[in-house]
Amino acid sequence: MVEFNLPANSKVGVGKTINAATGAKRAKTFKIYRWSPDDGQNPRVDTYVVDLDKFGPMILDAIIYIKNNIDSTLTFRRSCREGICGSCAMNIDGTNTLACLKAIEEVKGDVKIYPLPHMPVVKDLVPDLKHIYAQLASIKPWLQSQSPAPSRERLQSPEDRAKLDGLYECILCFCCSTSCPSYWWNGDRYLGPSILLQAYRWIVDSRDEMTGERLDNLEDPFRLYRCHTIMNCTKACPKGLNPAKAIAEIKKLMVQRR
Amino acid sequence: MASNSKTLRSPLQIARGLGSAKHGTEHWWHQRVTAIALVPLTVWFIFGVIRHLGADHAAFVAWLESPFSALMMVLTAVVTFHHAQAGLQVVIEDYVHNEMAKILSILAVKALCFVLGAACVIAVLKISFGA
Repeated sequence: MVEFNLPANSKVGVGKTINAATGAKRAKTFKIYRWSPDDGQNPRVDTYVVDLDKFGPMILDAIIYIKNNIDSTLTFRRSCREGICGSCAMNIDGTNTLACLKAIEEVKGDVKIYPLPHMPVVKDLVPDLKHIYAQLASIKPWLQSQSPAPSRERLQSPEDRAKLDGLYECILCFCCSTSCPSYWWNGDRYLGPSILLQAYRWIVDSRDEMTGERLDNLEDPFRLYRCHTIMNCTKACPKGLNPAKAIAEIKKLMVQRR
Repeated sequence: MASNSKTLRSPLQIARGLGSAKHGTEHWWHQRVTAIALVPLTVWFIFGVIRHLGADHAAFVAWLESPFSALMMVLTAVVTFHHAQAGLQVVIEDYVHNEMAKILSILAVKALCFVLGAACVIAVLKISFGA
C-alpha cells in the first residue's frame, strides 16, 4: 500500500561542473540529469556552462553542442530537429516539451533538463518507451474494416476528413502522457492521453468499421476512466493538440451508445 | 516492475493485461449526474440550515416535519452519500495499488456511506412521521 522507502535511483546527486564559456559574452548554465545503467551509481545532475554564441537558438542545439564539444557521454534521442519526429521529448524547465521546438531564451535562469517524468530511464535523457508503444499497439492504430477491400481508395467526405484535424498531427512524443498524474500512478493499466487520442483518431474515422469494438476495448475503469480531466496533457502538448478533448469525446460516445 | 515473470512476457502481453472490463461508464455517468443534482440540493440544504441558526430543537423539528423538507433532506442524504462513495472509490483506485487493500478499503467506504445514508434517511423519516 503505502511505500515509505523511495525506489532505487530516486535520490539525485550533484555531478560535475564543466565551464566551457570562459570569456563568453552570453554564457548560459545547463543542468542536465545523468544516469548510466553501467556504473551502479545514483543519478546526478551535471552542470555545463556554455557560450550561446557557439550554436543555434534551441535547447536541442545546446545539448548537441555539449555532446559534440564538451561531454560525448551525454545521451539523448534526437532526429529531425524540426518538431515532427518526436524523438527529443524531455522535461525542460519543468515542462515536458520537444528540445528542438523550445528556444533557449524562453528559459529564465539555468536550464534544467530531465528525462520524461515517471518512465524507466535507459540512460541519461533516454526513457524506456517499451510499455507505451505496446499500449499503442493494443488499440490497433490502423484502419480496420469488415467489408471487402475496395478496388480503389476508400472515400471520405470533406466534413468527415475535418474530424481528424487536431488528431492526425500527433507525433507520439508522449509529452502529454508523461505529464499526466493519472498516467504516473496507474500507467500500467491506464492508457494515458496520447494513446487515447490515437484511439479516438480511429474511432472518429468515417472509413473505420470497428468503432464499436474499439469502444468495447476502451470501456474500462482503468484504461479510460482514470482520466480525471487534469488537463496537463493539453498544456504540455508541443504540437498544440488537445488530448483531454479527445478523451472527453470518447466518454461522450460511451454514454451515447448505452 | 522488473520481476522475472514480467521481463519474460512481451510488452504487448503486459499492456493488454486482463483485457477490458467493459464497465465503468455507469459509474462515471452516475458521478456526473449526482454532482449536478447536488447543486440545487446543497443550496437548499445550506439555506435551510442557515435559516435555523440559533433556532431551538422544536423549530428545527417543525421545519423538517413538512413533507417538502423531509423529501429534500432524504434526497440530499441519499445523493450525497451515493456521490461520496463513487468519488472515494475513484480516489482509492487511483492511489491504492495493493489489490487486497484496494478491495477492502473500497468495501469499507461503501459500507460506511451506505450506513450513514440509511441512518440519515431513518432519522428524517422518524422526525417526519413523528414516531
